[in-house]
Amino acid sequence: MTDLDPPDTSTGHAAITPRALQVREPAPTDLASRERIFSIEDVTISYSGKAAVRDIAFPIYKNEITALIGPSGCGKTTLLRALNRMNDLIPTAKVEGKVFYHDIDLYDSAVDPVQVRKRIGMVFQKPNPFPKSIYDNIAFGPRVLGMKGDMDSIVESALRKGALWDEVKDRLKTNAFGMSGGQQQRLCIARALAIEPDVILMDEPCSALDPISTGRIEDLMDELRADYSIVIVTHNMQQAARVSDMTAFFTVELGQDDSRTGRVVEYDATEKIFTSPSDPRTEAYVTGKVG
Amino acid sequence: MDPTQASSQQAASRTAILGAARPRYGEKLIRVILFAFALVSVLTTTGIIVSLLGNTIDFFDVVSIWDYITGGEWSPLFSDPKFGVWPLVNGTLLVTAVALVVAIPLGLGTAIYLSEYASRRVRKAIKPFLELLAGIPTIVFGYFALTYFTPVVLKQFLGIEVGSFNALSAGIIMGFMVLPTIASVSEDGMSAVPASLREGAYGLGASKLQVSLRIVFPAALSGIVAAIVLGVSRAIGETMIVLIAGGQIPNTGIDPREAFETMTAFIAATGKGDVPTGSIGYQTIFAVGFTLFVITLLLNAVSIRFVRKYRQVYE
Repeated sequence: MTDLDPPDTSTGHAAITPRALQVREPAPTDLASRERIFSIEDVTISYSGKAAVRDIAFPIYKNEITALIGPSGCGKTTLLRALNRMNDLIPTAKVEGKVFYHDIDLYDSAVDPVQVRKRIGMVFQKPNPFPKSIYDNIAFGPRVLGMKGDMDSIVESALRKGALWDEVKDRLKTNAFGMSGGQQQRLCIARALAIEPDVILMDEPCSALDPISTGRIEDLMDELRADYSIVIVTHNMQQAARVSDMTAFFTVELGQDDSRTGRVVEYDATEKIFTSPSDPRTEAYVTGKVG
Repeated sequence: MDPTQASSQQAASRTAILGAARPRYGEKLIRVILFAFALVSVLTTTGIIVSLLGNTIDFFDVVSIWDYITGGEWSPLFSDPKFGVWPLVNGTLLVTAVALVVAIPLGLGTAIYLSEYASRRVRKAIKPFLELLAGIPTIVFGYFALTYFTPVVLKQFLGIEVGSFNALSAGIIMGFMVLPTIASVSEDGMSAVPASLREGAYGLGASKLQVSLRIVFPAALSGIVAAIVLGVSRAIGETMIVLIAGGQIPNTGIDPREAFETMTAFIAATGKGDVPTGSIGYQTIFAVGFTLFVITLLLNAVSIRFVRKYRQVYE
């Protein structure tokens, strides 16, 4: 929308809500009975001393899809990367507060980030296959982790779980860069599944894909929910509404010195976030009035 | 004025809005000047080849190519001259091999450290020293090899039995001369590997060493091979170190503790000597120079093929 267009508030709302209602059945309301996979407690993450997200606290539940939504620069990705210590790779990043994975403090000094990432896999915004064959892309993780078992069957099983086997079984030895963008992203998901993780973190996995590829990945996520817990960052609100069980809505707070800090406005069942949010800022965002 | 005329006039004035305000002769001139600059290197290369070729052809009128390649004995300035070039090629290959044994592991290790492990501060501290090493004149390296490295380090400190002139000392010092080239060119290649590939590997539970060796290194292979080829070319073409510390004794052996002579050292020593212009001794300089040129050319061709075959293209 350009500055010249009149603000259009009707279509966004109409497009999102019915789909959200259609696709997702309401999540169980008894939150206490559900098993937590992560407990995020008063987490503040800063880069070079500037807070990117502040005072984040909410649980993430097992075998569910949790969506993180909100405007650009609100720290969704920063928080996601804190869940498998990917922020360790950025020298200026600092995580305060506690992130518990089951009941282990992920930032305890005894915790090895390499072990964390074995259990908590990640799929990135842009498909990032290695410049190797399809087979070697999948086999990379099992090989570096020294996983036992027949590599051919590990690769086949991962590609089947990634809903890619039938498309690539005849060209496993060809370079992964010969695949379409959607196939590459499913390869990256299959690659993450090959090391048998517990959780998969997805950072806007469909932002570079066309609607058909996006649909296939959403179907795949729906299947994966049975065995994995998924946390997804997305800019696409329909996507959050279609696939997720729980949604956290982030916003950006402008500080006096023009600093931008992300905060969680509301965290609730996806259906509630998209139909009857309790905060007016959430409503404005999910109905397309802002953002 | 009739309507059609009016509208065509209107169209013309509209086109004029997008026309050039005034002709730009300067742009054409700059184009010509820049082309001339580019032409200089083409002409220089051609000129060098032509000047080499003339005397080389004269040389091979007297000496058969077969004897030159297979002769095995090199004494072109003796009263009974022998023109088998192999001892010079052997000397070049021997000292280059010693240099690479030093420079490749050290250079690639340095590159991996700087690109993958070092913090920004450490990298900033180390790089100037690398550049300083690259800036040391080769004649300084040569005398360092002859007057310090051979007698003090090799003989006294390590207790190795070497002659005053030997390929070991010259080769090792040449390795340090080549090290910065290999380190910095291959580090450029590794730093150019997208961070997304590293993140993908870290996200699968790979350790830093695994990411460096299994993802970054293969992805940067074309840059690494280019670095090594550049290093080899510098080693093969290096003159001062081998002239000073080599001993100028044509040698077909492969024992690096002995004295030797390379193609470049022969050219330099003979060229500054008193061979009369046009004599066969004079022509050998060009023949050996041409040989050097052909060897370097072959090396480049082979490595380009290698890189094309094994290059991993990312995006």
